[in-house]
Amino acid sequence: MTEIAPSLDSTTHAAIEDTATVRPPARKRTSWLLTVLVLICVGYFLLPLWWLLVASTKSNADLFSSFGLWFANFNLIDNIQTVLTFQDGVFIRWAANSVIYAVVSAVGASFLATMAGYAFAKYKFPGGTALFAIILGAVMVPVAALTVPTYLLFARAHLTDTYWAVILPALATPFGVFLMRVYAADAVDTALIEAGRVDGVGEIRIFFTIAFRLLLPGSVTVLLFTLVASWNNYFLPLIMLNSPEKFSLPVGLAQWASTATGGSGSQALFSTVITGSLLTIVPMVIAFIFLSRYWQSGLATGGVKA
Amino acid sequence: MSTAVENAPSVDSASRRPRVTAAKRRQYGAAYALVLPFFVIFLAMIIVPLFYSGYLSFFKKQLIGGVRFAGFTNYTRALTAPLFLSGVARMAVFLVLQVPFMLAMSLIFALALDSGMMRLARFSRLAIFIPYAVPGVVATLMWGYLYGPDFGPFAQITNALGFGPPPFFTSTGMLFSIMNMVNWAFIGYNMILIYAALRSIPGELYEAARVDGASEIRIAWSIKIPAIRPALLLTIIFSVIGTFQLFTEPKLMFNLAPNVIGTAWTPNLYAYNIAFVNQDANYAAALAFLLGIVIVIVSYIVQLSAQRKERRS
Repeated sequence: MTEIAPSLDSTTHAAIEDTATVRPPARKRTSWLLTVLVLICVGYFLLPLWWLLVASTKSNADLFSSFGLWFANFNLIDNIQTVLTFQDGVFIRWAANSVIYAVVSAVGASFLATMAGYAFAKYKFPGGTALFAIILGAVMVPVAALTVPTYLLFARAHLTDTYWAVILPALATPFGVFLMRVYAADAVDTALIEAGRVDGVGEIRIFFTIAFRLLLPGSVTVLLFTLVASWNNYFLPLIMLNSPEKFSLPVGLAQWASTATGGSGSQALFSTVITGSLLTIVPMVIAFIFLSRYWQSGLATGGVKA
Repeated sequence: MSTAVENAPSVDSASRRPRVTAAKRRQYGAAYALVLPFFVIFLAMIIVPLFYSGYLSFFKKQLIGGVRFAGFTNYTRALTAPLFLSGVARMAVFLVLQVPFMLAMSLIFALALDSGMMRLARFSRLAIFIPYAVPGVVATLMWGYLYGPDFGPFAQITNALGFGPPPFFTSTGMLFSIMNMVNWAFIGYNMILIYAALRSIPGELYEAARVDGASEIRIAWSIKIPAIRPALLLTIIFSVIGTFQLFTEPKLMFNLAPNVIGTAWTPNLYAYNIAFVNQDANYAAALAFLLGIVIVIVSYIVQLSAQRKERRS
């Protein structure tokens, strides 16, 4: 990790601070060959999404009888209705759960990381260096390896199958603390903190009234990547949750999908699973398109895989 | 990097020493108060499970006599379990085949976008990156249906041409089918990491080379790539960590090809099945621990070899 740390610094700054001002790619003569080659690859990346869009408009029978990459009879409205009403409208419940899990985890995680990162950057206190080293070391710990023991601990505390079981583990983002420390070192001028002290403002109030506003762009970055990670996560909620009414969208969809493939007579579920998948990705895809600059700067900060 | 606050207050001179310590103590208090909320969560959600997992891994549940100390037997069992080892070996294949391909594609796209010679560069960047917005579950479902022999378009085309459905779900085919899913999901993500690093190279570094008539490819190879080595290292390490944790794809593909995926296609899937199907928490803890150790070792080797290369050049 020591190797990565200094290198990240430079990337982080370029990425968070100057997304808007970073030098634009110099306009040079256009290479049509390069453009065509890349666009062919773009076709590969869009193909599954095109298929999903087309398949969502088909009835279950048309899925099997028409060519996959082109439209048949337009059945999208019916499909959406089925998704939203199937099993007493549990899909809407899952969507609400997903929003709760993602928003609470992301807001909580970025707030905790902002406070801690600021403290590590701006205060020298006994044990601070050692603490930070431990936190940095934990960036390497694979989340998946922790999930099973966490489940066992939660089971003892009767926390499994609750909202907390999905939210609490997502609140600990060592990487977020690392990012916020790097960010806070430059974003908050030490002289400003000093000025606050001279005016007799308490340390904690300095954080909330002066520093926090300056730290906000960095916090938003941490917020965005924890939001995506949590929205997309499958392993953690799968392990922690038993009751369908607490499922997140990925867990619920996966369950529908295994019913669709598994059972006889349940084949009608294919179009429901497909349309449900489309509804699941639409909000995030739209958010990506409109916030692409923020996402990209956020990820450039060294984003974290779910 | 951290401008130490305690060096700064020159206002308080030596003559007012007692007040300095009081102020300093207040600052310590504030620092601890700010770190505490995170640290509590960090302890509870990372450190405690880590140690608990280590503790569990040394015990064994027996039919008679309950839970007993078992020494390293869970570890020796894992290290001699063909299922676990074949899963680790499969991930090693991923590491050798899929990760280099994925990162090479990410690098090529990032360089193409950075070259300034492309039309529709912004659109392309977004389109390549958009799969990152798609949850792993949905990505796997989509590709699973696309591969599928029933209504997958690939099978529809090959069937129409008179061949059978393509071998996406055979045991070798599955390896490449899942590699393709991972490529689809993460090429754009890594591309953005690399692209951001390229953007932050100061232009002067290669304007001179350009004036001297160096080709774009030459500039990319000799100037840009060496300049973004740290970012490349970061993408490699994240890929190593990600690879060994593969779970969603094989878990869902099990529905489509149960015999090919089995219970241990990846080490993580194996640990999951041991913990929740076999209900053997102790063995699962040992597996989780071993998996973590493998990841740390491989990441460390990657870093060491990168450092050595750095020194050599």
